[in-house]
Amino acid sequence: MNKPVLKEKILNENTNTDRTVLKEVKSKKSRKKILSLSKKQKEDLIGYAFLVPAVLFFGTFVFYPILKGLYNSFFNMTWKDTTFIGLDNYIALFNDEIFLKSLVNTATIVLVAVPLIIIFSLAVSLLVYKLKSVSRSVFRAVFYLPVVTGSVAVTVVWRWIYDPYSGVLNYILKTLGIIDDNIIWLGDSDYALMCIIIILLTTSVGQPIILYIASLGNIDKSYIEAAKVDGANSWQIFRKVKWPLLMPTTLYIVVISTINSFQIFSLIQLLTSGGPNYSTSTVMYLVYEKAFKLGQFGYAAAMGVVLAICIGTFSIIQFKVFGKEVSY
Amino acid sequence: MKTKTKLRKILSVLALAVVAIIFVFPFYWIITGAFKIQEVTILETPQWFPLEPTFENWIKLFKNPTLIWLRNSFIISISTMILVCITASLAGYALAKKNFRGKEIIFGIFVAAMALPKQVILVPLVQIVNQWGFHNTLLACILPAVGFPFGIFLMKQFSETLPRELLEAAKIDGCSEIGIFIKIVLPLVKPGVAALGIFTFITSWNDYFLQLVMLVEKEKLTMPLGVALMQQEFTTNYGVLMAGATLACIPIIIVFVLFQKNFTQGITMGAVKG
Repeated sequence: MNKPVLKEKILNENTNTDRTVLKEVKSKKSRKKILSLSKKQKEDLIGYAFLVPAVLFFGTFVFYPILKGLYNSFFNMTWKDTTFIGLDNYIALFNDEIFLKSLVNTATIVLVAVPLIIIFSLAVSLLVYKLKSVSRSVFRAVFYLPVVTGSVAVTVVWRWIYDPYSGVLNYILKTLGIIDDNIIWLGDSDYALMCIIIILLTTSVGQPIILYIASLGNIDKSYIEAAKVDGANSWQIFRKVKWPLLMPTTLYIVVISTINSFQIFSLIQLLTSGGPNYSTSTVMYLVYEKAFKLGQFGYAAAMGVVLAICIGTFSIIQFKVFGKEVSY
Repeated sequence: MKTKTKLRKILSVLALAVVAIIFVFPFYWIITGAFKIQEVTILETPQWFPLEPTFENWIKLFKNPTLIWLRNSFIISISTMILVCITASLAGYALAKKNFRGKEIIFGIFVAAMALPKQVILVPLVQIVNQWGFHNTLLACILPAVGFPFGIFLMKQFSETLPRELLEAAKIDGCSEIGIFIKIVLPLVKPGVAALGIFTFITSWNDYFLQLVMLVEKEKLTMPLGVALMQQEFTTNYGVLMAGATLACIPIIIVFVLFQKNFTQGITMGAVKG
């Protein structure tokens, strides 16, 4: 007599749980129906939700200004008025002697500085990467020091070093008998640009050296051993083994150094203000002068666009030229 | 043969030492210059070490609102650092581990914008900030700096290494998306966040151009801007300028030395895979 009761109980319980499960399923289904989201759509939404803060900042403070800059470049835009003038800003640019001079200066800086950055940082890294880890990090820090110090502090001290009367450079060169009379380094259009390139170099090799040391450390030692067994000398090992393996790093360094050199600004603004006689004026400095000192926003915007196009073209060429040698 | 390689080794270490001295010298010159009396700093024969150390430069320096400049620099750098770490770790994780439509396009736009010279957009940026009424505030130096996508790129690289099984296991255990991010993702990408944080702190402290175009009033300036302003005022009174330069670079050098390892990792992670 006991059994059927028990059976009933169990049955009851079963249906009960079944019902609750069914209810849950139903409610989930209906919720899904209300939002009408497939699994894929839900995944999309979650992905976008994570991106919202970054996209908001990026859109407002990078993307929108890019479009606005492009738009402004077609206007005669000053503090007072704004009139559409089509391509006139661009036409005026290429008849502007000071702009052309600045463009040549900028190109000179890039073409001199970038190869020197590569050669110097590679040479240093080849010497440093074999050292013990303590001295390795000391040297890494030493070459990164000018970057950390910041452009203002670096510029202020270099201005003193270059000072025609109390500067160390003139003193040392005179003591060594290399020059007879003090040179007004930053006031002489023959030297000013070179002086700026030297400071640029000291502030630009820090990151490349860190990168080269890291990639040199990643090279499989068996390659080098194998080359040694085959009787290769150290130059051959460098040229045939290390250099090709470093190619991706070199490409990256070439691109970032080019972008940085194209944008050289603070050194020039703080040291020479583009002078003497525009011999150290660069495109970026001119953009600043036109926009923030003279209020010619449209004209400055057009300059910015030209500079961006130059950098873009350079980067593409570099990828084409170096990319061929890159083997991952 | 052996003596020849030894000689070469000695020569190369010597060359390295000379170059290292040239790199450290400007820094040495800043610190020692800050304690030299004015009469010495204008001599043609340099005094290699301050023989009569003085605080007169520092007294002159602190006649400016120096502490406010320092405070402003700290506010800008720390706020930028926090905001960049939050936005970049969220976005980097999504770009690395989530599947959603338009992912490649969004990432592509970020990368393309990274190659674009950020200074080119400063002119329109100033106009926008002006329109919205927060020109000449510290906020104008913070928010735009958060927009630059370098951090997203870096955090994506870091997040790629997260084990997919772990994330899926957490999901099966009923962990919410935010729970997964806070409890599992963040602890694992912590080295990346640390690297990004320090990198951002240093770059925003030294972001002279952005500060120059955004901040106008003397009380709103940052430490680097303040030194630049003093350069116009004092021109060749190098002692005072060196004291200012010392104050502008010491905080950042301390940060760098303390976190050098994280920092190096961050720089290499962004460029060298693996």
